[in-house]
Amino acid sequence: MVGIIGYGTQIPRYRIKVEEIAKVWGADASAIRRGLNLNEKSVPAPDEDCATLSVNAARDALKRAGIDPKKIGAVYVGSESHPYAVKPTGTIVAEALGICPDVHTADLEFACKAGTEGMFIALQLVKSGAVSCALAIGADTSQGAPGDALEYSASAGAAAFIMGSENLVAELLETDCYMTDTPDFWRRENAHYPEHGGRFTGDPAYKKHVTGAVMAILERTATKPEDFDYLVFHQPNGKFPVQMAKKLGFKEPQYRYGLLTPTLGNTYSGSSPMGLAATLDEAKPEQTILLVSYGSGAGSDAFIFRTTERLLEVHNQAPKVRKQLDEHKFYLEYGSYAKFRRKILKPE
Amino acid sequence: MNVPKHWREIPERYRMEAGKCTKCTKILFPARLVCPFCGNKEFDKINLSGKGKLLTYTIIRTAPEGFEDFTPYAIGIVELKEGVKVMGQITDCNTETLKTGDQLVAKFRRMNEEGKTGMIMYSYKFVPDLGI
Ligand SMILES: [Zn+2]
Repeated sequence: MVGIIGYGTQIPRYRIKVEEIAKVWGADASAIRRGLNLNEKSVPAPDEDCATLSVNAARDALKRAGIDPKKIGAVYVGSESHPYAVKPTGTIVAEALGICPDVHTADLEFACKAGTEGMFIALQLVKSGAVSCALAIGADTSQGAPGDALEYSASAGAAAFIMGSENLVAELLETDCYMTDTPDFWRRENAHYPEHGGRFTGDPAYKKHVTGAVMAILERTATKPEDFDYLVFHQPNGKFPVQMAKKLGFKEPQYRYGLLTPTLGNTYSGSSPMGLAATLDEAKPEQTILLVSYGSGAGSDAFIFRTTERLLEVHNQAPKVRKQLDEHKFYLEYGSYAKFRRKILKPE
Repeated sequence: MNVPKHWREIPERYRMEAGKCTKCTKILFPARLVCPFCGNKEFDKINLSGKGKLLTYTIIRTAPEGFEDFTPYAIGIVELKEGVKVMGQITDCNTETLKTGDQLVAKFRRMNEEGKTGMIMYSYKFVPDLGI
C-alpha cells in the first residue's frame, strides 16, 4: 500500500480583487467575475517565491506526516516559476527541511502539471521500494502580462505531499495519464510573460486532455462519476473545471471543497494539488477522491485516492487550506501589486 | 554578502540549527565552537521551533542597500520558547499595529539577492503567529 502520509499548503497573505485590475485596463469586472468565476487572487509578498512557498508548505506536510525528515529519500518540486533558470529549487527545499544529503532531488516543469508530475514520480518510487518516503511539491508564483486575461487569474501558492507506505492518510488506488503535443501556452527562454493560444486553450487543450484522463481512469477501474465522493480538476479559472465536471457527469457536492480558484486564482503547478489538500481537509475516512491535473503543452495526470482513519488525526496538525485562504488577508491596490510583482522597473 | 559566507550560514538561516551544550545544556544560536558559559566543546545539533514573542523592535524607513524596496519594515528581537533570543526581520505584518509581546513564528523567506543575475539569499523571517 502506498499513498499520502502528510500534506501541507502555503498561500501568501496578499490579495488583489478582479475589480482592481479591471479598473486599470478599462475592463468589465463583472463580466470577468461571471464569465470566469474569478473574484480575487493571491499575490506573493516581495520576499516570497516558489522556493519559500514550497518550504513553508512542506514543513506543514512534515507536521502531518510525523516522520523524521531524514526518512525522505526523494524531493521533487514542480513549478514554472523556479527562482533560478539554472540551479535547483529542490536542493533549497531539501536543505531547509534537513533532508540533505542522502536524497534524490529534481525540479520539474510542465506548465500547470508539474506538481502532479512530482506526485506521480514520488508515489511510483515509494511503490517500487527505491525510497521509503518521497516529497512532492507543486508551487508557483505565476505572472500574467499586464492587461492580459491571465493577469486576473495568475496567482501564488504551494501544496506539498509526503508519500509513503505506512501510516497513510490517503491510499493511492490508481493512476493514469493522457498526453499529446498541443501548443496552447508557452514561454520562451528570457521571455518574462507567457503567450497563449486564446480560445485554443479550451476545447483542444484543457477539455480534451482532462476528458481523456478521466475516461481512461474510469475505464481502467470500471467506475462511474457517481462512485467518487470528491473530484478535483486543474482550475485555470472558476469556469472550466465546473463546465467539465458537469459535462462528464459529476455534481457540485463532489467538487465543492476542491474548487479554490474563485478566491485563490490559478496557482499553476499548485492548482490541483491545493484542491486535493482542501478536499483532504474536509474528507472523512474511507472516501474516494479523483484528482485530474492539466498542464499546457499538453497533458493530464489522473489519480484515485481513498482516505483512511488516520486522516482525522492529522486534520488539525497544520493549518487548513480554507483558513489560509479566507483569514488574515491584506488587499493590495494595483500600484502596490505592480511593485510586488516587479512590473514597475526602477532605473538600474 | 558573498557566496561562501551565505553557504556557511545555511544551517542557521534555512532551518534555525542551534548547538545545545552537552555539559551545561545551554542553547547557542548561531552555533559556536566553544560554549561561552562552561568552555565545553561538544554540542548536540537541534532545530529551533521558530516560535516566540516579540521583545523589542524598530521600524526601518531608510534601508541599507538591497532592502530599499521593503520599507517600512520591522526588525526585532524575538524570545523563542527555547529561551533563545534571536534578531530578525518581521514580515507579513502591519508595522503600525505591531507591538512588543506579539506572538511570532519563523517562516522561510527570501532575504536578499545579489542584483538581478546574482545569488538569491534565503533565511528565516518572523511573521505574526496566526495559525496560517
Ligand atoms: Zn556549556
